[in-house]
Amino acid sequence: METVSVPQALRRAPGLPRALAAVLRFCRQKVLGAIGAVIVVGLIVVAVFADHIARYDYDESIPGARMQPPSAQFFMGTDNIGRDVWSRVVYGARISVTVGFATVALATVLATAVGVSSAYVGGIYDLVVQRVVDAWMSFPALVIVLSLVAALGPGLLNLILALSILGAAGASRVVRGAALSAMQNPYVEAARALGAGHVRLILRHVLPNVAATIIILATIGLGTVILAESALSFLGFGVPPPYPSWGGMLSGSGRSFMYRAPWMALFPAAAISLAVFGFNMFGDALRDLLDPRLRGTRGRIR
Amino acid sequence: MRTYIIQRLVVAVPSLLIASLIVFVLPRLIPGDVVQLMLEEKAYGKDLEELRAKLGLNRPIPVQYVEWIGRIARGDLGESLWTRRPVLGELARRLPVTLMLGGLSMAIAILIGIPTGIVSAVRPDGPLDFLARSGAILGLSIPAFVLAIVAILLPAVWWGWTPLGRFVEPSAGAAGYVGQFLLPATILGVASAAGIMRLTRGMLLEVLRQDFVRTAWAKGLGETVVVIKHSLKNAVIPVVTVLGLQVAQVAGGAVVIETIFGLPGMGQFLVEAIVQRDYPVIQGINLLVVVIIVATNLLVDLCYAVLDPRIRY
Repeated sequence: METVSVPQALRRAPGLPRALAAVLRFCRQKVLGAIGAVIVVGLIVVAVFADHIARYDYDESIPGARMQPPSAQFFMGTDNIGRDVWSRVVYGARISVTVGFATVALATVLATAVGVSSAYVGGIYDLVVQRVVDAWMSFPALVIVLSLVAALGPGLLNLILALSILGAAGASRVVRGAALSAMQNPYVEAARALGAGHVRLILRHVLPNVAATIIILATIGLGTVILAESALSFLGFGVPPPYPSWGGMLSGSGRSFMYRAPWMALFPAAAISLAVFGFNMFGDALRDLLDPRLRGTRGRIR
Repeated sequence: MRTYIIQRLVVAVPSLLIASLIVFVLPRLIPGDVVQLMLEEKAYGKDLEELRAKLGLNRPIPVQYVEWIGRIARGDLGESLWTRRPVLGELARRLPVTLMLGGLSMAIAILIGIPTGIVSAVRPDGPLDFLARSGAILGLSIPAFVLAIVAILLPAVWWGWTPLGRFVEPSAGAAGYVGQFLLPATILGVASAAGIMRLTRGMLLEVLRQDFVRTAWAKGLGETVVVIKHSLKNAVIPVVTVLGLQVAQVAGGAVVIETIFGLPGMGQFLVEAIVQRDYPVIQGINLLVVVIIVATNLLVDLCYAVLDPRIRY
């Protein structure tokens, strides 16, 4: 009798690898999300390879090229002291990406620590922590971040710190909720009954169950953080000059010379909008795919 | 209802107290000494310690905090370290500007957002829906300050038109006073309008699929009655929640917009105060903003009961 081995009989039809198929499905279902993803990847590439993409240094004044309109040599024109706007926008991507990812990473760690511990320990600790979060969240985001940045002083690191403290508060509330519901599961109780310690319970049983929530929060947070960074730099509380932040390029000389050289303001403005658009669309699509329960409107800082 | 309001107010007290502590301590962490700054800029008072004592900044921070809270209870927010003018009076002068800007932008957001959301939901996937949704995505992606710059810049480049650089006082006539807020308020309201539109559309789409709406159609009621009277009221509660949240965002956005358009409101005041480390002013503004937001949240909760008779407090 002829026999067929099971693995052979069940062999999948030849086709695309699963990962690629998943990507293609994502593109078909979430067109805007796919466009967002392309923008995000493009932005990261530009940020990483800024040295090769920019034609000049970000603070290099080109002799005899003050306020040149866009041309083949200067894609986006030059500014009032003869710096190439294209190169500055390219280096600006590095700031946005750095601040965005560093802030989100820090905020996520903070939010997870606060949220999970608040849910796990409970009692008075939970009550006190949640009241502090309440008070923190009753300030408008920009107002509190302005005060924080002013308190910490200017500079890239302090900016990241201030923005992540702000972002962590709201996110910790969501993580706490997710952790509370994860702790209701019978297997957590079973693990406890088997004598698992606190650390093991949190690391092995609670954390993996809130991981999806955390990833979604982080993705969505990126656009908001990039927006916040540019708004702060615009107000003069962000990344100090001469380092080119998009928001900073819109204020100061960008604003005083913009009537005579509109390209000085328009291109950074377009860059901010494009980046925020990309991160928002990508984040939205990812959230819809991973967790439909978290849908809703979300805040933004302006 | 009354017990509920009292309960809510009692619960708000600890949150407000913690907020007041944050409000008080945060500006004092700002590096750079206000006294030093004053000596450099204004050159009054030779002695650092003397000036510090005069301003009451030489005592321990907890003592200053308790005294500040005590004075607030008596309705006194202290005076600006620089101008020596009472903070309360200055806030009273600037609050109307910000309220006008914020109120107008919320009104614009509602007037654009809700009708567009309704039209989108009634004819989903139609050309109008497509337009409205694309517009909303754009509105959410372009930050207010970028929009403001572009809105000032493009007319100037194309037609040589620039907005007025100076502030029109209310005494100069209502038209001019309100008129100067229209552009800033629209810019501030665009993002909120986009959010409100998307939410209204989503909620309404859900309600329109329910049985009681089908019954209303079956009774032969007209489209207006079915959509506006039967459905909208049931769809609008989350929209009201978001409107409440938008108040905080508009307050934040006002900081940037007032700075760009040169409106002498609270946002501009705050930026100036932070630069000058004018503690009483920063504290006063932040405290006022927190109180407004807490009050808005209460108001939003009370609105639920009006909109949905099933909700009783």
